[in-house]
Amino acid sequence: MRKRITELLRDLGARVTGWIWRLGFASRFFAVMLLQSGTSFRRFHLTIREIYFAGVLSLVIILVSGLFVGMVLGLQGYDTLVRYGSAEALGVLVALSLLRELGPVVAALLFASRAGSAITAEIGLMKATEQLAAMEMMAVDPIARVVAPRFWAGVLSMPLLAALFSAMGIFGGYLVGVRMIGVDAGSFWSQMQSTVDFHEDVLNGVIKSAVFGVAITWIAVLEGYDAPPTAEGVSRATTRTVVTSSLAVLALDFVMTALMFRGV
Amino acid sequence: MMSRKELDLWVGVFVAIGLGALLFLALKVANLSAFSTSQTYAIIARFDNIGGLKVRAPVKAAGVVVGRVSEVGFDNQTFEATVTMSIDGRYKFPRDTSAKILTSGLLGEQYIGLSAGGDTAELKDGDTLKITQSAVVLENLISQFLYSKAAEGDNKKPQ
Repeated sequence: MRKRITELLRDLGARVTGWIWRLGFASRFFAVMLLQSGTSFRRFHLTIREIYFAGVLSLVIILVSGLFVGMVLGLQGYDTLVRYGSAEALGVLVALSLLRELGPVVAALLFASRAGSAITAEIGLMKATEQLAAMEMMAVDPIARVVAPRFWAGVLSMPLLAALFSAMGIFGGYLVGVRMIGVDAGSFWSQMQSTVDFHEDVLNGVIKSAVFGVAITWIAVLEGYDAPPTAEGVSRATTRTVVTSSLAVLALDFVMTALMFRGV
Repeated sequence: MMSRKELDLWVGVFVAIGLGALLFLALKVANLSAFSTSQTYAIIARFDNIGGLKVRAPVKAAGVVVGRVSEVGFDNQTFEATVTMSIDGRYKFPRDTSAKILTSGLLGEQYIGLSAGGDTAELKDGDTLKITQSAVVLENLISQFLYSKAAEGDNKKPQ
């Protein structure tokens, strides 16, 4: 019995120290990545190539999901608002929920599973097939050449993807609300315009999505770089990327919402 | 593998439509163009009670939005609320303009309504409005109504 308890405590202690060790490693990795990011701007075509993989190839899923999320918001919002005789406020409802929350968060979750997992798998496989070691052998820093461009590509793509998601969603809400159900188009747009504030809503959404972009790609490149160089190791690292970055996005979203929209 | 030129093209398209979406959000959804470019000037009004008036509430004259509430404060000497409004520089008002706190609809948001007076001099930056009317507080209204009802009841009682 006592032996079991000792084992349990030892296990717990090992987990905690492991976790703290990992946090320290992640911070050191982040600092090195920032210091080594000169290359990704001097040889910008490296970053452009990664923007293509992270951003352009995520376009379809982002646009289609945005459209459908907006259309569902339009249907559900109308159903609730019409009970209080304020169906014209549908534009406000759709725009605010997309700009403040759904746009950045859902786009970030999609980005984590579409692009984050791909980044982890690619870097992990590069490590498993010893491409990273070969680069070091040729005096090419793999962090500057492989990791930093992917990081910056993710950070630059994420706000654009979130903006596209919100714009598509508002268009979807317009299609359902105005075209399908028949809410007055004039009040749909004018109420939206008089309520939505550029700094309060649009800029805060952009800030949110930029922070999500940093968090997701940081986790993705770290998991890839740190993955055990086996098939199983890479597959586990890819799963961990999606799980950890989704949780990080939701937790960060709560913290930022509490800071940004307090008492307004 | 794609050529570098083709890659650049696709990334260029992506960045362009991304920025386009941001522009759409700023101009069409948030209506940034309405107030950003023009100059504003501040005028101050003191109220006994501002009810539920908040910062960024609209200031309207004849139903047209001419500015926004920029600051709500409390004066320790007079125990009044001081409301600072920033008015779009395109709109000029006479010195004896009065301000009322109104409610849009029955349960809607509160806003400030300006009614122009007849003075020939115009309001300048930092001026204070002399005539103001406070917000209608529903509880006060109900208690006044109940008092007058009670008074009526007393009069009608058979002697």
